[in-house]
Amino acid sequence: MSATTSTVAVTIEVNGKARRLEVEARTLLVHLVREQLGLTGTHVGCDTSNCGACTVLLDSLAVKSCTVLAVQADGSTVETVESLAPPEGPLHPIQEGFRQEHGLQCGYCTPGMLMATKSLLADNADPDEDEIREALEGNLCRCTGYEMIVRSIRWAVEHPNGLEDPS
Amino acid sequence: MRVLLNVVHRSAILRKTIEQGDRMSLVGARVIRKEDPNLLTGRGRFVDDLAPTGCLHMAYVRSLEAAALIRGVDLSDALAVDGVVAAYTIDDFAELPPLPSGPEGMDRPVLARERVLFAGEPVAVVVAVSKAIAADAAEAVQVDYESVPVVASIDAALAEGAPLVRPELGTNSPFAMGPDEAMAADVDAALAAAPNTASLRVVNQRCAPSPMEPQGCVADWGPSGLTLWATFQAPHHLRNKLVAYFGIPAHQARVIVGDVGGGFGSKIVFSPEYFLTSAISRKLGQPVKYVQTRSDAMVLTTHGRDQVHDVSVAFDDDGKVLALRLHVVQNVGAHPDATAMGLPVLTTWMASGCYAIPKIAAGFQVCLTNTTPIAAYRGAGRPEAAYMIERVMDLVADRTGLDPAEVRYRNFIQPDQMPYPSVTNEAVVYDAGDYPAALGELQRILEYDALRAEIAENNADPSKPLRGLGLSCWVEIAGFGPNGSLEGFGHLGSWESTSIKIQPDGSAIIAVGSTPQGQGTATTFAQIAADELGIGFDRISVRYGDTETVQQGIGTMGSRGVPVAGEGVKNGAAAIREKAKVIAAHLLEANPDDLEVADDAFHVRGTPTKSITWGEVAWASFQPLEIPEELGAGTLEDSRFQTVPNFSYPSGAYGCVVAIDRATGKITVERYVCIDDCGVVINPLLAEGQVHGGVAQGVAQALFEQMTYDEDGQPLTATLVDYLIPSAADLPSFESGRVVTPTPVNTLGAQGIGESGSVGAPPAVVNAVVDALRAGGADIDHIDMPVTPEKVWSVLRAHTDMGGELS
Repeated sequence: MSATTSTVAVTIEVNGKARRLEVEARTLLVHLVREQLGLTGTHVGCDTSNCGACTVLLDSLAVKSCTVLAVQADGSTVETVESLAPPEGPLHPIQEGFRQEHGLQCGYCTPGMLMATKSLLADNADPDEDEIREALEGNLCRCTGYEMIVRSIRWAVEHPNGLEDPS
Repeated sequence: MRVLLNVVHRSAILRKTIEQGDRMSLVGARVIRKEDPNLLTGRGRFVDDLAPTGCLHMAYVRSLEAAALIRGVDLSDALAVDGVVAAYTIDDFAELPPLPSGPEGMDRPVLARERVLFAGEPVAVVVAVSKAIAADAAEAVQVDYESVPVVASIDAALAEGAPLVRPELGTNSPFAMGPDEAMAADVDAALAAAPNTASLRVVNQRCAPSPMEPQGCVADWGPSGLTLWATFQAPHHLRNKLVAYFGIPAHQARVIVGDVGGGFGSKIVFSPEYFLTSAISRKLGQPVKYVQTRSDAMVLTTHGRDQVHDVSVAFDDDGKVLALRLHVVQNVGAHPDATAMGLPVLTTWMASGCYAIPKIAAGFQVCLTNTTPIAAYRGAGRPEAAYMIERVMDLVADRTGLDPAEVRYRNFIQPDQMPYPSVTNEAVVYDAGDYPAALGELQRILEYDALRAEIAENNADPSKPLRGLGLSCWVEIAGFGPNGSLEGFGHLGSWESTSIKIQPDGSAIIAVGSTPQGQGTATTFAQIAADELGIGFDRISVRYGDTETVQQGIGTMGSRGVPVAGEGVKNGAAAIREKAKVIAAHLLEANPDDLEVADDAFHVRGTPTKSITWGEVAWASFQPLEIPEELGAGTLEDSRFQTVPNFSYPSGAYGCVVAIDRATGKITVERYVCIDDCGVVINPLLAEGQVHGGVAQGVAQALFEQMTYDEDGQPLTATLVDYLIPSAADLPSFESGRVVTPTPVNTLGAQGIGESGSVGAPPAVVNAVVDALRAGGADIDHIDMPVTPEKVWSVLRAHTDMGGELS
């Protein structure tokens, strides 16, 4: 018996940079992001696509990157949590909302929550509590009980420029 | 950016100052967290993010059988896989002693030896150059099992003639602790003589703690010693265990805990992988990593709860409880962990709840089964007690026809009875609390009488869902713990270490033995220190989780961070402040008693122009010629091992309103109101977050979660598809209120808040469901958790004309 070794070339734009990579055909997008690109902000929390810790944006849509083969992302753009704020710049309003309203405790589910939120707000710029809860149904958090995540997202809605918002 | 963040801090401080009218204080202020920027930007460092050069990956071969003799293990197909470096069974670790946990005579070898005792138990390991190859090769290992009879539940294990999990013990119930004999006789007499009695059997089901980050570790054992990165709540205990286990000197063993993605008690267990990866790294001379998959985690990470209670209560016609008898059976799984033995102890200790019950006889027995080991899960023994006594109070209300709130008021321990020695055990002396005030505040927010009337009116209309209101007045044990307490049950209490070092620029670094998993320790401890030192919050860092930079520690469990370590930070900071004042006075040519310190400077009271910055004082503290001779260079540091004279007993009152679909049994939590009393609150934002998270886990236990086994011991809920961790869409908004009764146990007045929600939440939900079902005509005293739609539907179907047809 030998392990699968056949590789496939893929070209994926990750966080604004085009990357050409050789991947094993069975490689999941999350493993490409974490292990080949070293972007460890995207986490793995389960193996059944229930927890959403691995959520990234694939062509601007939130996907669970443990359920996407890297080869399926060939020719696509991928955004991970590392893309939300420049290294020395201000936090993205969604990140700032989570900070202001204590939308995270251990922080393990947080990158997935942030990316799912980005997808939600792109679709609905002013979601109410029920819409937020519905939209985050695929992202589990064991620490917060979600109330403060809902408040965090409302903060981001109300401060579209983050802390630099004059309000 | 930084300026803006400071503005936010400042406005929070000002808001608090205006509200309270006292001097500018960070303790009590809604301060946002120091921890967040790393975690929000993907710059957290969790164990799975680490991959040292040359790192190998370990995978377990998990037992498919719940009880079997191992007739043979064939590693050859696995070893033939490209990329596999090694594969081992227990025979390859003959020199390794059993794992350092559990009572005597119930040892657990580091890998299964000759037999497996639960489904999933690791039988062998495979080590490969990648995690994927290790996982593939683990599947190629052939294990020859000879099945033996299984007992997968308490009922099966305690049945007459049941197969024995560990035949060498001669019993499945190897340990029991009865109540005091005289008290037991007293309680029996009281039950026999009482005007009213009632009994319940209450099951507190097995739950999986399920932190979002599964357990993991990376071991790197080189010529200069062992370094182990681990997901753990108590790194020093783990270091000490590794040292003892391998017989190596402590200076050559280092445990590092980085960011940890939740623990909830499950990450204080000495799991086999910490020892195996270390041993394999030593054998192979390369780093070795193991991170659980979720499938691993569901069966290998310890579970919690799993108690059955038989309770009898005696009460008079006025609803006053006269006596209580409780027998607890604690399922400990196949390999009893030390903390598992402590769970029923804590349950029996807390059997009195918030009530002045004059006679209580509470005892327990532990029960072995062919299941995953049980250990601490958020609340650890106290949620079980709160659930039992709060179900009993509703039962008494039902039997006497009194309102559930009224029954509670008639039985409460009163504030003027504090400190209150419980009759359950001499170790239990409630420190502080105002239970009537908490319930009163809950009733005020609920608009209790109007709400009861509204629910009654609603329930009279068959076109509307059934509604019910449940109360939970709870108390728990936190601040683990005074010296000598709980020492038989692992490593849960006693002192905590703190160290504060003033840096040459007047900033400060604090190192603590606490090792958090999301609690916000770096923020709350900096708040406490900032108030004492007069150093700005942004000029204080808090370090933890590394045995090389923190001199000893106990860790984070039992809601002990603030009440024990926080108290040490406060006392250490105050001691440094007084020494710094001597230096400042020397430099200012003033009297130390005339100095006050605030905003990073020392000022002469009444002479605002005469001041010196903290930076100048700190710099001088390292210049022997600039400071009073008796102080010496480097005097501005403090290390201590803080102890506390007693546990603390946080309390509260929770109220829950549920709606039940009469046709389907679907349950909706419409309101959840939490009144907490944890004494003085350091940071209301973080305290509220702790309550929310605990309540969410408690509501989840009440409605959704249960680790289920079939009678062959196969877990039926071993993935997150089957084990129902609620999402945002499944949980309600929480309304919060507060009562503040400062504890005398520490000078902060803080009791701890980490476990409160999970203690108080389940009975509020179940009491609400029972209230609704009884209002609908169901003649039931109790319904077991998790209260699923199916169970509710079955009750409606059996007891009423409700419960729709199955289609």
